[in-house]
Amino acid sequence: MNFRPSAILDELVDRWLSKVAVLVAVYVTFRGHNAPGGGFAGGLVVGGVFVLQFLTGREPHIRHRPIRRPTLLLGFGLLVALVTTVIPLVVDASPLESHIWKLNVPFIGEVKVVSSMFFDLGVFFVVVAVVLMVLLSLGARGESLVGDDGVGAS
Amino acid sequence: MTALLTLPVLGPLVAAALCLVFRRLNVQRAISFASLTVAAGCAVAVFVNVWGDGEVRVARMGGWPGSFAITFVADRLSAVMLLVALAAVTLVLIYAIGQRAPDERSSFYHPVYMVMSAGIAQALLAGDLFNLFVAFEILLMASYVLLTLEGTNEQIRAGTTYVVLNILESLVLLVAIGLVFAATGTVNMAELPERLAELPDGVRTSLHLFLLIAFGIKAAVFPLFFWLPDSYPTAPSSVSAVFAGLLTKIGVYCMIRTQTLLFPGEASDLIVVVGILTMVIGIIGAVSHQNMKRILSFHIISQIGYMVFGLGIGGEAAIAATVFFLVHQIPVKTSLFLVEGIVSRDQGSSSLKEVSGLARRSPWLAVLFLLPALSLAGLPPFPGFLAKFSLVRAGLDAEHYVGVAIAITVSLFTLVSMVKIWVAAFWGEAKPSSVGQPDAVATVGLLRHHRLMATSTAVMVVGIVMLAVVAGPFFQFVTDAALQLLDPASYVSAVRSS
Repeated sequence: MNFRPSAILDELVDRWLSKVAVLVAVYVTFRGHNAPGGGFAGGLVVGGVFVLQFLTGREPHIRHRPIRRPTLLLGFGLLVALVTTVIPLVVDASPLESHIWKLNVPFIGEVKVVSSMFFDLGVFFVVVAVVLMVLLSLGARGESLVGDDGVGAS
Repeated sequence: MTALLTLPVLGPLVAAALCLVFRRLNVQRAISFASLTVAAGCAVAVFVNVWGDGEVRVARMGGWPGSFAITFVADRLSAVMLLVALAAVTLVLIYAIGQRAPDERSSFYHPVYMVMSAGIAQALLAGDLFNLFVAFEILLMASYVLLTLEGTNEQIRAGTTYVVLNILESLVLLVAIGLVFAATGTVNMAELPERLAELPDGVRTSLHLFLLIAFGIKAAVFPLFFWLPDSYPTAPSSVSAVFAGLLTKIGVYCMIRTQTLLFPGEASDLIVVVGILTMVIGIIGAVSHQNMKRILSFHIISQIGYMVFGLGIGGEAAIAATVFFLVHQIPVKTSLFLVEGIVSRDQGSSSLKEVSGLARRSPWLAVLFLLPALSLAGLPPFPGFLAKFSLVRAGLDAEHYVGVAIAITVSLFTLVSMVKIWVAAFWGEAKPSSVGQPDAVATVGLLRHHRLMATSTAVMVVGIVMLAVVAGPFFQFVTDAALQLLDPASYVSAVRSS
């Protein structure tokens, strides 16, 4: 990628918007049980940050950061969601059935934790991973993702 | 029961996730094989249960009541289809591992293959139309990837047609489901029959046609078949074996559901005509081609015609024959494509002009081809004969003389084109193998280079022969399945009361 970085946008996106957006994404993801939001919407918000980074003319940070292989993230997210789906079978309930815990957290008070939250988190990771894969294969250097996973060698 | 019904779908999906996490090829192979074994084991258990008393088994996801939950339903038809489909998918996986084709060694093959298996299982178990649509999407998305995984020019070209046509199919199906929901307020298959019955005739017919068009594209019936012989031959053999053996059959399965449960016996004349035209057009294509894979692809279409014809005739005998036909086609078609895969891997081509003398090189390979080929053509004592015989008898009883005459003629030409493959590829001068020793023209030893592929093909062919051996009890089973299909009320009450 030989785009010339645009300084102002770069600064804004990277310094400010990214962090705010991640916070928003976390909020959106966790409110998802009873209100509009959830893992899918939260994942899209984070994905939006990566798209913005890409649009500022640079490769998204992912290549140098922990998530260099979005397929791993995809698999991890899928696994989290599916394990949440399957676990009820072990305790003789139907798949996807959710369990509610009420926890007393000091200073905050009672917090309701629903087991389907983990499903939502899985979806969150899947969505982020898919956005990253789209960016990497269609956006930045297509061959880097392809080479990484050994597809399309012929 | 909940676990047995849901694991055939969830097991492969978990395997897909694990395969994305672990990239070592051998680990992926082990994960895929293990999960498909578990899924097939569950399918066996479901089948044994349903064989016993024939009651409809229901599982609901998420602990929601009635039509709010994602419902998985297994009656006799679903149970037997699930069993055969998962067995076929497992055997093809073993074959693909043995084939070591470039696509199987990609780190995406196994996850995608698992997702497709899950989609197939879900489509067969879906208890509501929307769930069925989701299952179709799952298996279609996976099939797009599998079809174009090697990324050759030819694959991309054919893949484009395939993707466009199937997206169109999905769109039609989605519109149909939307309209059904708008008209009836439900998509649950146990609630639809009585709600659909209350609708005015015009609305019913249009909903019916929408669903038939969507499933018809999937099943490749006339005139919506043209994408199939174009795209299937470009895929690697293990992939086209699954596509040929299963994906079109799932379209037929859905047509059976539509015709028996949702719109019992309606538009049957149209379906009879479509079935006959599908037979004829498929066999014309098969007779006129010179490449093994293309011939076999056209045979898929003509055989689909038989099933659709049987479905159109309606009644206990015809539906039983259709179900028998459907079940027996899966191993027959799959194993023929698997044999083709061995041939083209060994000879570097499956064009009838370039391949010859295979029977001299390997009599066993010849047997592996001949048994399913004769069954496909409908010769006794193979199960294909029983399927066609019962279909013809049902047709005669229902006085569809023209259709029966055409069906028998098409059957004859099926034999002709199988003989064409036999004469060109298996007789004549033996040619050296393109793998292994250069002097491998020796009388034996072709299969020696392809042990795993040969074993899984052989298991499938043995399955076909076994179907002939247990034809009596099995025919009783499909007759019971037909009775169950023809009595939608029992399905409805079983799903509701569970």
